Amino acid sequence: MSEFLQQLINGLSLGAIYALIALGYTMVYGVLRFINFAHSDVFMVGAFIGYFVGRHLPEGTVWAGLIAMAAAMAGCAILGIGIERLVYRPLRSGPTLNVLITAIGMSLFLEYTGQLVFGATPRAFPSIFPAKLIQVRGLIVSMNQVIVIVVAALLMVGLQFAVFKTKIGTAMRAVALNPKAAQLVGINIDVVISFTFGIGSALAGAGGVLYALNYPSIDPLMGLVPGLKAFVAAVLGGVGNIPGATLGALILGMVETFVDGSRWSTYKDAIAFATLIGILLFRPAGLLGRFTAEKV
Amino acid sequence: MPKPLIALLATVLLTFGVSSYSDRIDPYYLDVMTGVGINVILAVSLNLVNGYTGQFSLGHAGFMSVGAYLSAGITLLLGPRLLGEAGGTALQQGLLFLAALVVGGLGAAAAGLAVGIPSLRLKGDYLALVTLGFGEIIRVAFQNIDALGGALGLNGIPNYTTIFWVYSFAALTVFTVVCLVRSTYGRGFIATHDDEVASEAVGLNTTRYKIVAFVVGAFFAGVAGGLYGHFKLTITPTGFDFTKSIEIVVMVILGGMGNTPGVIFAAILLTILPEVLRSMEQYRMVLYSLLLIVLMLARPKGLFNFDYVAIAARLWKKLRPARS
Repeated sequence: MSEFLQQLINGLSLGAIYALIALGYTMVYGVLRFINFAHSDVFMVGAFIGYFVGRHLPEGTVWAGLIAMAAAMAGCAILGIGIERLVYRPLRSGPTLNVLITAIGMSLFLEYTGQLVFGATPRAFPSIFPAKLIQVRGLIVSMNQVIVIVVAALLMVGLQFAVFKTKIGTAMRAVALNPKAAQLVGINIDVVISFTFGIGSALAGAGGVLYALNYPSIDPLMGLVPGLKAFVAAVLGGVGNIPGATLGALILGMVETFVDGSRWSTYKDAIAFATLIGILLFRPAGLLGRFTAEKV
Repeated sequence: MPKPLIALLATVLLTFGVSSYSDRIDPYYLDVMTGVGINVILAVSLNLVNGYTGQFSLGHAGFMSVGAYLSAGITLLLGPRLLGEAGGTALQQGLLFLAALVVGGLGAAAAGLAVGIPSLRLKGDYLALVTLGFGEIIRVAFQNIDALGGALGLNGIPNYTTIFWVYSFAALTVFTVVCLVRSTYGRGFIATHDDEVASEAVGLNTTRYKIVAFVVGAFFAGVAGGLYGHFKLTITPTGFDFTKSIEIVVMVILGGMGNTPGVIFAAILLTILPEVLRSMEQYRMVLYSLLLIVLMLARPKGLFNFDYVAIAARLWKKLRPARS
């Protein structure tokens, strides 16, 4: 029983990180209808910003951790907005596939520029938050896991507020529903898209720092696997759907952790996709997505 | 005899001729040429699925790996038994290799059918992700089968791939895809791409077309995998991960979707480009990615997307008065 609870907590913290990345994918998809492949590399840049800021701060204090994370979020938001402005915007009226290839190109660019600038060898991430093990009735919870879950939950509540209670959030939902109609009622679509990229990338940046806390070895290609998993999570929940991304990420985190603890652990990477395929076969639009018939 | 068939036979003969002189060509150029040929097969076969039929598949490397493992398994396990210790004559080796390639292709086609039937109900990005997922599952499965070398892969595959085999199969791929799409039956692929709802309304079975495209594409991917294995002499599951699939998709999109000559050019360009950039090893991938972005911004319809028929007609018109 206690092993089950232990795995549940591990799965929850992994799922929370996936959720932070998946939200960026899903928000961009909701507004622009394309897979932003470069998102997983924004996540990587976030971890590196956390690393460089964290090195200059005293280790093991809460405020140092928060500063490092805020820096990563701000840096990634600027990066995300910049990428959209320079690379995706000129192609917005073109076919989605072109944007997709450009996104792949951008992703490769960030990865290999990262290798040039940071070097390809992994670096040890400083323990910026206080490292402690908390023991509750046989359960061992590391301080990092608690921080991951709390921070992710706070950010997601904040996002929920931003999307559903603010003016720009309403505009964002309007653009997701119908970009042309949104423009007709006077919404500046460029501002909304920049905002979406900014928020999504900031969440990825926070995710990068949190991921690096739990798996403290960072390198320029670190975003590849978690990025792919997070994207799977976004689709699992119904891509374009914000609560769906969180749900999908939590399910994926749990499934992966439980598989990892079983004797099937070498199949861990395949399980994520098997889950996805299993769910998509029965719900072709994802768990919370709504299937719409094509209108002629 | 129909013209395309003549062209196919002529190409096969030509490659046979070139291949018999291959020991006079610098081995480095020979390697690059072989790589180009294999990529042409991959890109042209994927173009049938992604370009002509309009389905976005990201699992081509998975089918390639099925073909690579099957054919390598055949030449490694059955080869010594059938050909004896001495290794057999060149003709026997060739026949064994041909059989191995075809079996590899058929295995990949079977995998394509198994993947296609459930997943082709999905559309667009969902389909892309499911095919990507299947590709990754195939890869992880190979990683866990100890009989096939597990994560270390298969080693010591006999060196059977020659220019003749690669370019004959490349010609066969181009022949099959072009003739299939231009046939009366094949118009259905383009109709499925253009408007699925309208095609269904006039009585086309679009699901069937998608599955046929998928299976044919997978077959040639499997053959390309077999050629790749007998060219590199060693295969590992990680060599067929989703970056490989993306590489092939990039060739198709850069060449112009549903444009076979363009896709061939793009496959050649994208295979040679990293070689040309080899002198600046460090910046190679950075430049490659930058070029990709710039090309997409500058030529959004594909780098080689010209109207070839119109260009040929214009040239013909220019040349004709000079003759008379």
